[in-house]
Formats: sequence, structure tokens, C-alpha cells
Amino acid sequence: MPDIEFNNIQKSFGRLTVMRDLNLHVEDGEFLVLLGPSGCGKTTLLNMLAGLQDVTDGSIVIGGHDVTDRDPKDRGLAMVFQSYALYPTKTVRGNLKFGLSAQKLDRAEIDRRVEWAVNLLQIDELLDRKPAQLSGGQRQRVAIGRALVKNVDVFLFDEPLSNLDAKLRAEMRLEIKKLHHELAKTIVFVTHDQVEAMTMATRVAVMNAGVIQQVGTPDEIYERPANLFVARFIGSPAMNTLNATVVRDGGGIGAVHAPTGTRADLSAYAFSSEPKEGDTVVIGLRPEHFSVGCEAAKALNGASGARFSLPVRYTEKTGSDVTAFLDSGDGGLIAVRFDHKHHHVPKPGEKVEIHYPKDRFDVFDTGSEKRI
Amino acid sequence: MTVSVETAGMAATVQKARRRKRIRGSSIAIMVFLTMCAAFVSVPLYVVIVTSFKTMDQIALGEVLSLPTEWTLEPWRKAWFEVCAGMTCEGVSHGFWVSLKILFPSLILSIGISSVTGYALALWKIRWAGTFLFILFLCAFVPFQIIMIPLVVLVSSLGVYGTIWAVAIVHSILAMPLLTLIFRNFYKDVPEEIINAAIMDCGSFWKIFFEIILPMSANIMIVVLILMITTVWNDYLIGLIFGGVGTQPMTVILANTVITSFGEVQYNVDMAAALLTAIPPLVVYFAVGKFFVQGITAGAIKG
Repeated sequence: MPDIEFNNIQKSFGRLTVMRDLNLHVEDGEFLVLLGPSGCGKTTLLNMLAGLQDVTDGSIVIGGHDVTDRDPKDRGLAMVFQSYALYPTKTVRGNLKFGLSAQKLDRAEIDRRVEWAVNLLQIDELLDRKPAQLSGGQRQRVAIGRALVKNVDVFLFDEPLSNLDAKLRAEMRLEIKKLHHELAKTIVFVTHDQVEAMTMATRVAVMNAGVIQQVGTPDEIYERPANLFVARFIGSPAMNTLNATVVRDGGGIGAVHAPTGTRADLSAYAFSSEPKEGDTVVIGLRPEHFSVGCEAAKALNGASGARFSLPVRYTEKTGSDVTAFLDSGDGGLIAVRFDHKHHHVPKPGEKVEIHYPKDRFDVFDTGSEKRI
Repeated sequence: MTVSVETAGMAATVQKARRRKRIRGSSIAIMVFLTMCAAFVSVPLYVVIVTSFKTMDQIALGEVLSLPTEWTLEPWRKAWFEVCAGMTCEGVSHGFWVSLKILFPSLILSIGISSVTGYALALWKIRWAGTFLFILFLCAFVPFQIIMIPLVVLVSSLGVYGTIWAVAIVHSILAMPLLTLIFRNFYKDVPEEIINAAIMDCGSFWKIFFEIILPMSANIMIVVLILMITTVWNDYLIGLIFGGVGTQPMTVILANTVITSFGEVQYNVDMAAALLTAIPPLVVYFAVGKFFVQGITAGAIKG
């Protein structure tokens, strides 16, 4: 099974350079998700890997072979497209067979592979239908089947779930994950949906503006975001980021958020390089890590790293939990998410006391926006 | 019973409402204008049709609008079998078969080539594709008369001048710019991901064309087919210039019959010959006209 290497990739459209010196290594059998907002270059990167777009400079190596100048069909890849891209005039069977007959395989082998994929995806009843007669989920299955029958080692997915409704999306997510588990093939999956990335990936590469911001396991990306972009992009609701000034005093190192006057206790934070007194930093607080109420402080048992007492602007209920947006005093909002079974839902205007555990902070440099 | 009465009443009100809407100054003006437009074509057509069924005796009376007192098919028979065009007296039937022989090679050549060029320009990354398109666009608007003489030289140097092939080849070449543009615009609407999927699946230019693209082209094929049949069949100038003796299409034979009559002018035969020449494209249009309209709209929105 092959690994994939992007070496010093540069991509320009005319005079506009959208990607410079991009390097990425995808391990054997890995499920790598390219995650980023629309227009960040993730689909361009995937298309370059597939050979559908030219690389301006640099090389792409699959399994030790430089494929930069190879035709798409000779790269040993199969791709599933966002719109499924089924051939409208062919039946499901014809769709599955088209790529195989082009490879000039003998008929028995083609039938064997089609049957295998059809059983795996449970689409045997659909074989003689045309794509127009299929539902969204069924088309998705056929599109995956068309990739599977090619029996390649690398699968590319270009936002394949974005046209499905929420329920079906969750089902297909599981199904693709299961396929990856069973087939143990390398998968590169492009999405802008962080839930897909977090649930399916073995590793995630977060991209923005043509640059890979961070590559890591979903946990690493969530727990230790490398910079402010990743911190704000991962997590829902997004991480609260507060500008603060570093203070060093008897209690060790801390940072003061001027508008609320709150001191965040950073003594438990593992700095890679400790800031000086008076440096400005951005501290990140995840909405889901807050504890609400005075009792919560006790429960934290002295581990509270920051305490805020702020009025509620408005609240959002999402079934099992509640997100409250508190007025941070400087026109900004601090989002706090909590389980509404254990608390009453605060009304707008009501003051709420919240605590943040001191081992959960993220700290970034204001200038470089990198984690420190 | 009550129900039906009520529905009838409702229908009456609806009709009344509609009728009230219909009688407005602007709609009267539009109706008058459209009637005049229709009359402009249909009155001469009516005269042609009734004249072709009249005897020469009645035509001599000069009442062009009156119906035939005695219906006769004799002019039609004469027009088809006996009428003289120049030196030969074989009727327009000879021209009919020549026209057919010109039509089929023209259709196959022009549609065969321009569907492939349109497909290549629309769906494959081709260097200078934009420039090509611009030149094609210009070519589509160059009047044939301007390049007529060089074309004659060119065709005679190919050694086919005066044959059916000369006419067919010239038709195909002249139709190519417009047809390529039509096909290209139709194929431009094929979703990019489908062609990308096909490129990843097989990558063969011809296999993708024949297996994926061509089956999706039924609509546009019918549009182009009708367009070409009418153009080729109704053409006079190309047939006159590039066709030799005995290989001139029906329109040229018709013109010759009408122009070169000896003695008494047989109006009824001329009219019948004209109608015989005009019928084939009409038949095609009535047979597949429904698809033609569908094809135009389908092409406009998406294939």
C-alpha cells in the first residue's frame, strides 16, 4: 500500500499564486481529512493529487513513484465527487463497469468486482436503474461503489456528504468509516465540516488560504491548536479568544483580561516559550469547558483558573445543552455551553458566575497568532 | 346535478373573466399585427397551392384567389416527371434524388465533425481554445459570397468539382463554425465533475465521447439535424455553383424550370414544382418539431 507525498507544491492560476511551498505526507492506510473553509485550496490540492489540475511547481509522489506528470487514470486512484458525477445515461451497472471496461479487464473479473462492491454497499436492487431514479443516498452509494470496483489503494473524497440531509450524512459518515476499517486503504477526504473531520479522520490537515495550518490527530487539533485560526475553526460554538496582558507575581504567571479585570491563572499551562511581564497574548477558552455557578467553583476544587461574573446577552438551546452568550464588557461575547439539566437556563440580563479550569487554557502570541 | 350546475356556472365566470381580459386595446393591436404577418406569408402560399390544382384555362381568367373550378393533379404529375429544366426534361424528381444524395453526406460530415470539435473545445483543456472559439465565431459570420471564388478553386483542386461530393463538402465546411459553436455551448453545460469522473475512470478521448457524451446529446442532435436539413435542402447558391450537369439539387432544377419555359408559361406546373421542393423540410419539421422546441429549451437550461 502506498503513502502520498506532496513536495514543495506551488499552484498558480495565471499570475495569482494560491499555494506556495506546501508539504504534506499522508501515511499508508491513513484516513486524512483536509479541512478548511470554502476557498482555502483543499479541493485544488485534491484535484492536483488526482491529476485533474496541473501542479505549477513541486512534485507529488504516490507509493514511491513520482506521478506529477502522469495522467489521472494512471495514478492508481479512485475519486468520489461532491455531486456524485454519475453518468446520467448509464444504468448503475453501467456506471460501475465503465472504468473497468476501459482498463480492458476480462468480463469475469469485471463481474466479480461489481458483485463484490454491490454486496458490500447493498445496492443490488438498484443495478438496472438510471441515476435519475435514485435518491441522494443511493447515488452516493453508487458513487462510492464506482470508486471501490477499481480496486486501487488510494481513495479520494471531495466533500461527498455535503449534498445529503443531516440524518443520511451521519449514516454515510459511519459507513465510510467502516469501509476504511474493512478495506484498510489510504483515504484523502476533503470537507469543510469539522464534525466529519473529527469523527472520521485518523489525522486532520487544517488548511487556510492555501497554507496547511496544522496536521494532527483530531484530539491534537482540538486540544492543542497550533494557532488562532485552528483554535477558532475547530469546535462549535467557536473558542472564545480574549486579549490579555501577561502578569508575573507571587502566584506565578497569569494574564489579565482588561475589560472584565479577570486574571487567568496560567500556572498550569505548559508554555513552549514563557512570555515576559507585560506581553500581550490571546487566551483561548472553550465554551464547553466552563462550569457555571458558585457550586461549580467548589467542584473544581481550587483548580479554577479564571472566574467571570457577567450578564447574559442571549441564550441558544440545542436539545441537550444550552449555549449562553455573556457580555464580555468590551462589546464582545463569551460563549458558554452547559448541560441544561443541571442548571436553570439563565435569562437575558441575568448575571452568571462562570469558572474555567486552569489546565484547559490555550495561549497564543498576539502578533504571530501562534501557540506559545 | 347541483354540482354540475355549479361547475358550469364557475366555468362561465372564468370564461367571462378571461374574455374581459382579452379585449384590451393593446391586445387588439397585437392581434391585428400578427394577423397581417400571418397573411403576408399565407396569402401567397394559398395562391401557390390553389394554382397548382387549377387547369391552365382557369388560370388564364386571372382570378388568382378563387378556388379551382375543376381540381386536377395533372400539374403535379408533370412537375414531378416531365417538366424541362434547361436541356433535360426529367421533371423535378431527378433533382429530388440528387438533393437527397447531397443531404446525407452533408449531414454525416458536418454533424460528425462538429460534434467532436465542440466536445473537444468544451470539455478538454485545449491550448488556445479561446482563440479558436473567437475565430470560429468570426467565421460563422463571413458571408459565403465573399469566399465563393477561392472555394471554387479549392474544390476543383481537390478534383471533386461538379460532383455531389463538392456540394456536400462545401455545405459541411460552411456549417462547421456555427455547428461547432452550438455543440460547444451545449457540452459546456455538462457538469465538470462528470467529465472529471470519466477522465479518472478511463481518460480516452473517444471512449468518453461515444459512451458518456454522445448518449447525452439527443436533444441537441435533433436541433442541429433540423437546422442542417433545412439549410442544405433549401440552399440554391452552393448547389448552383458547385453542382455540375446532372448533380444539381432540386432548388436549382426548380429555378431552371421556372426561368426557362418554352412557349406558354405553365403556372400550375411551376407552382406544383415549387411545392414539391418545399415539402421535404416541412415533413421533417412536422415529424420532429416537438423535439426541436424541447431541444432548444433543454439546451438553454441544461442537458
